[in-house]
Amino acid sequence: MYQYTDFDQAFVRERVAEFRDQVERRIEGTLSEDEFKPLRLMNGLYLQLHAYMLRIAVPYGTLSSRQMRQFAYIADTWDRGYGHFTTRQNLQFNWPKLKDVPDMLDALADVQMHAIQTSGNCIRNVTADHFAGAAADEIEDPRVTAELLRQWSTDHPEFTWLGRKFKIAVTGAENDRAVVKAHDIGLRIVRNEAGEPGYEVLVGGGLGRTPMIGKVIRDFLPKAHLLPYLEAILQTYNLDGRRDNKYKARIKILVHETGIEEIRARVEAKFAENLAVFPGVNPDVLARIEAGFAAPAFEPVSDVVPAVSAGLRSWIDTNVTAHRLPHYAIVTISLKGIGETPGDATSAQMRVMADLAEEFAHDELRISHEQNVILPHVPRRHLAAIYARLKDAGLATANVGLISDIIACPGMDYCALATARSIPIAQDIATAFADLDRQRDIGPLKIKISGCINACGHHHVGHIGILGLDRAGVENYQITLGGDGTETAAIGERAGPGFSADEVVPAIERLVEAYLDERQDTEETFLEVFRRVGMAPFKAALYPAQEARSNAA
Amino acid sequence: MAKVFAPQIATGNDLLEGDVVYFTAAGGWTRVLAEAATAGSREEADALLARASKFPNEVVGVYLTDMALDAEGRPVPVHFREEFRLKGPSNRPEHARAAATQA
Ligand code: SF4
Repeated sequence: MYQYTDFDQAFVRERVAEFRDQVERRIEGTLSEDEFKPLRLMNGLYLQLHAYMLRIAVPYGTLSSRQMRQFAYIADTWDRGYGHFTTRQNLQFNWPKLKDVPDMLDALADVQMHAIQTSGNCIRNVTADHFAGAAADEIEDPRVTAELLRQWSTDHPEFTWLGRKFKIAVTGAENDRAVVKAHDIGLRIVRNEAGEPGYEVLVGGGLGRTPMIGKVIRDFLPKAHLLPYLEAILQTYNLDGRRDNKYKARIKILVHETGIEEIRARVEAKFAENLAVFPGVNPDVLARIEAGFAAPAFEPVSDVVPAVSAGLRSWIDTNVTAHRLPHYAIVTISLKGIGETPGDATSAQMRVMADLAEEFAHDELRISHEQNVILPHVPRRHLAAIYARLKDAGLATANVGLISDIIACPGMDYCALATARSIPIAQDIATAFADLDRQRDIGPLKIKISGCINACGHHHVGHIGILGLDRAGVENYQITLGGDGTETAAIGERAGPGFSADEVVPAIERLVEAYLDERQDTEETFLEVFRRVGMAPFKAALYPAQEARSNAA
Repeated sequence: MAKVFAPQIATGNDLLEGDVVYFTAAGGWTRVLAEAATAGSREEADALLARASKFPNEVVGVYLTDMALDAEGRPVPVHFREEFRLKGPSNRPEHARAAATQA
C-alpha cells in the first residue's frame, strides 16, 4: 500500500505539534475563539451541536487493517466507541474533548493519517472510486492520480485560501462510482483513439444550494498535462470566481454565469502559459506513487467453494461484485444494518473488518461515499468464512444497492448546520422495508437524505432524495425523484410540497407501490421507470388527495 | 402591534468538553436547562447576553434563544433544535443527556 514519504510524515507531525501548542494556548486563554476557530478547522476539528467533532481524511477511501484498528483504538480511548463514515470517504468522531484532540491526531500520525484538508476553503481530500484497482471495468487505478493531486494540493501556497472549498473526484472506470459529475472538478480516465490513457475533465459540478451537473471542459487531456491543466482551472477560479457572496463562490456558479465556452477559453490560455514552464512531474515521484498502488500479490486460481446456505447466497448476490480477476471478488460490507445509523461502525466492528482484511483480503479496506466498507481483493474461496464472521459482528446485512442501503448525513442529531434530522428518517424507512425478499423484489433503489441544503447526504442524486427543512419550527421533508449520481448523472426533480417526519415512510411506501405498478417487468428499475414515465404517476401517488380534488374539478 | 416577547435564555458550548451549557441567574454556567436564567423583555435579554458573553475562555458560541415556561416558570424549548441540544442525539439513546439535564 502507498506509504507517505519522510517529508509527508514530518509535515504531519509538525502540524500536530503546532496544533497541540494552539490548543494549549486556547485553553490558557491566550488565543481567542476567533483566532482559534480557523486553526482548528484546518485540523478537522468542528464544534457541533453536542460536542466537538473530529473529521479524519481517508485519502481516496483506502486504508489498511492497521489504520482501521487505530480508528477503533481512538474510538475507545478518546471517544465513545464508535465512528461515522461519511459521504466524503472520511471518518468522524462525534465526542472528542478539546484537550484530547492533539493526542488523537498523534495517534493518527502513527499510522500515517491526519485530518488535514477536511475543512476550510482549500482543495479538500481527493476522492476516488472505492473499487479502484479491483473493478472489472477499470482502465487505470484512479488513486495514482488522486495521490498525485494530494501531493500537489497539500498546502499549495496559491490554493490554501480559495474563494470556497474545492472538491475533486477521480474515476478510472466506465461506471462512475465516485460521483465525479457532482464535483468542482471531476476526472474520468479514458482512452483516446490511439488507445492512450488520459482524462476527460469535467468542471462546475456540485450539489448544495445550487445543484449542478459538471460540464466537460476537455474531452481528452494527455496524462502528463494534468497538473498544469488543473492549475489553470484553479487559477481561473481564483481570479474570476465570486468572493462577494458565499453562496455564489463555488466554481459551478462561475461556470454557469460565464458559460463553459468562455471558461474553456480562459483555462486553455492559462494552460498554455503553465505548460510552457511546467517541468513535468518528476518521473521518480510518479514511479513511487505507481509502485505504491501496485496490485497485491494475487494468489493463483483455485477451486471455488460453492455457496451453500441461502443467506450466504443472497449476500453474495447483493454485496459481492465482480473483480477483475475471476477467482477474486469485491465485498461490500453494509454499514446499513436495518434500523442502525447509516455509516456508523463500533470499535468492535472496525476490528472485525480489519481482521478480515488482514486474514483474507490482502490487508486492504476502502470506504465508499455510500457509507459502506469494502474489501476490494477477496479470493472467492474465502467468501463463506468472511460472511460467517461478518454475520457474528452484525455486519452481514445483504442490502447493498437496495432500498435500505440509505445514505444519510448526520443531520440534526449532530450537525450544527442542520435544519432537520436525517438519521431517524433513514432508520424508519429501513425498518419499514426490513424484509430483504421484498427489498430484492423492489430492486436497485438509492435513497439519499440530507439534513439541510448543504446536501452532504447527496439527496439531489438519489433516485429518491429527501431533504430535511425547518418549516416554521417543524421538521419538514422535501422529496425529489429521478436523481442519479453515476455516469448518467441527473439532478432529482422536486415532487411537490414536503412531508412531516411521520408522513415520510408512508410517502415512500406509496412511491414504491407506484413504481411496482408501472414497471414493465422485474428487470426495469425504479430509475428506468421514472425516466420512461416521468413524474406524473409518482406525483399522483405522493399526493392522492390533491389528485382526487383535481379529478373532481 | 408589537410582537409578544418570548422568554429567552443564553446558551453556548463548553470550551473544553463541547457540552451544551446554559447561563444562570447567579452568573455561572449549568448543564441543567431548568437552572437557566430567563429574560422576559428585550432589555433583559440584551443584558443577559452581555453578561453571558463575558466568558470567552469558558464558553463559545453564546447566543440567545426563545423558550416557553412550564407551570413552575422553568424554561422549556420551543424549537426542536433546542430540544435536540437538550436531549442529545435521538439515534443513540445511550448518549441521551436527559439524566444530566433534568433538575
Ligand atoms: S447536509 Fe447539512 S445537516 Fe447534513 S451534514 Fe451536511 S451540513 Fe450537516
